[in-house]
Amino acid sequence: MLAATLLGTAVGLVFFFAPVDADQGISQKIFYIHVPCALTAYACFAWGAWKAYLHLWKRTPGADMESYVAIHQGVIFGALTLLTGSIWAKASWGHWWVWSSRQLVLFLVLFLFYAAYFMLRFSIDPGPARANLSAVYAIFGVALIPVSFLAIRLAEDFVHPVVFKRSGPAMTGSMFLTFCIAWAGILALAAAFYHVELAGKRLDSRVRELRGLLR
Amino acid sequence: MTAYAGDVLTLARKDLRLELRARDTVPAMVLFVVATLVVFHFALPAASGDLAAYGLLWVALIFTSLLGLVRGFAAERDQGLLDALVLAPVDRSTIWLAKALAMLAFLALTQAVALPAFALFFADVSWETVAGVALADIGICTVGTLLAAMAAASRTRELLLPLLFLPLAIPIVVGGVGASIVEEPGRYLGFLAVYDAIFAIISWASFEYVVTE
Repeated sequence: MLAATLLGTAVGLVFFFAPVDADQGISQKIFYIHVPCALTAYACFAWGAWKAYLHLWKRTPGADMESYVAIHQGVIFGALTLLTGSIWAKASWGHWWVWSSRQLVLFLVLFLFYAAYFMLRFSIDPGPARANLSAVYAIFGVALIPVSFLAIRLAEDFVHPVVFKRSGPAMTGSMFLTFCIAWAGILALAAAFYHVELAGKRLDSRVRELRGLLR
Repeated sequence: MTAYAGDVLTLARKDLRLELRARDTVPAMVLFVVATLVVFHFALPAASGDLAAYGLLWVALIFTSLLGLVRGFAAERDQGLLDALVLAPVDRSTIWLAKALAMLAFLALTQAVALPAFALFFADVSWETVAGVALADIGICTVGTLLAAMAAASRTRELLLPLLFLPLAIPIVVGGVGASIVEEPGRYLGFLAVYDAIFAIISWASFEYVVTE
């Protein structure tokens, strides 16, 4: 509900409130979807790794399932980031894929990494071994994010428009406000998805348990 | 600490002795890397120059190490030895460290052939490249051994390891290629060292959870 309100407000602001970018024109509007999706995906991966840590060290019950659902959401928003980034690249630079865009390359690496997470998870029978291995791999993921970012920075030249600089955001106030609301909306959407999927998974496992009892 | 080192050495010696008797991993890796270099000769158009060859050297090294890593836990899995190792009264991380050391020895032996072969077929190998290869090997062994243990526990096994390993190997390739081709490779060598340190610590701390329930 909150997600719907925030997203509705954000869409309104994106089209009617925030000024049109002088350099890139209307195509800059996708920035309000692309960057919040990317930040939300990072948040999901970090949350997944945090739950993985809780599973391994504290043995919190249910943390394994929460970690999996968070990473699943992360991959969905990561795929959205790739998609919107690709559209933006086509609009700005005329190509569907540009290797000089660090953020996109990083998301491609992460996408491959977390796709392998699913391969790993679904090739092990459910049980403690699966929970442990998934958790260890999820923790590798958060270490890989900064390392890959550094690697891509070392490897690539500099073309992608970097909006956040050390001196503060290089946006007008209205753009920044719109961006923040869009980000909050997408975060709320991710949280809503997370809770819905988690509830579904919990229900599923309870039905399984009951079915096992009835047999 | 000395007991820890003793355990690691004993376990590593076991792996090296197994390889010395069976001789199935290192000769396969050597043959594979030389064959790959020959394939690359035909894959590279004449005008592509040395820079492309350095890039392909790193592709060859990563894929060769995968070949070794896939075999890493084969003996333990086939004989059901991993359970016995886990039951042994040693710290579980010694199993990982010993395996990584044995793998490092295998990689060093393979590259002792691969790098001269590259110099013979393609272009000179600088000291910076050798340093890059050495640092990359540490990263490959630490991460690769842990992932090999994971893959050995799954149903798909050999199929899974490259999928798990390659995304994590991308930073190694960046650091290695950078160290091979730029004028001032210090940054890239430093990056490889940081990579090794980060992933060695994570692997060391988390290996126990990979082999126990």
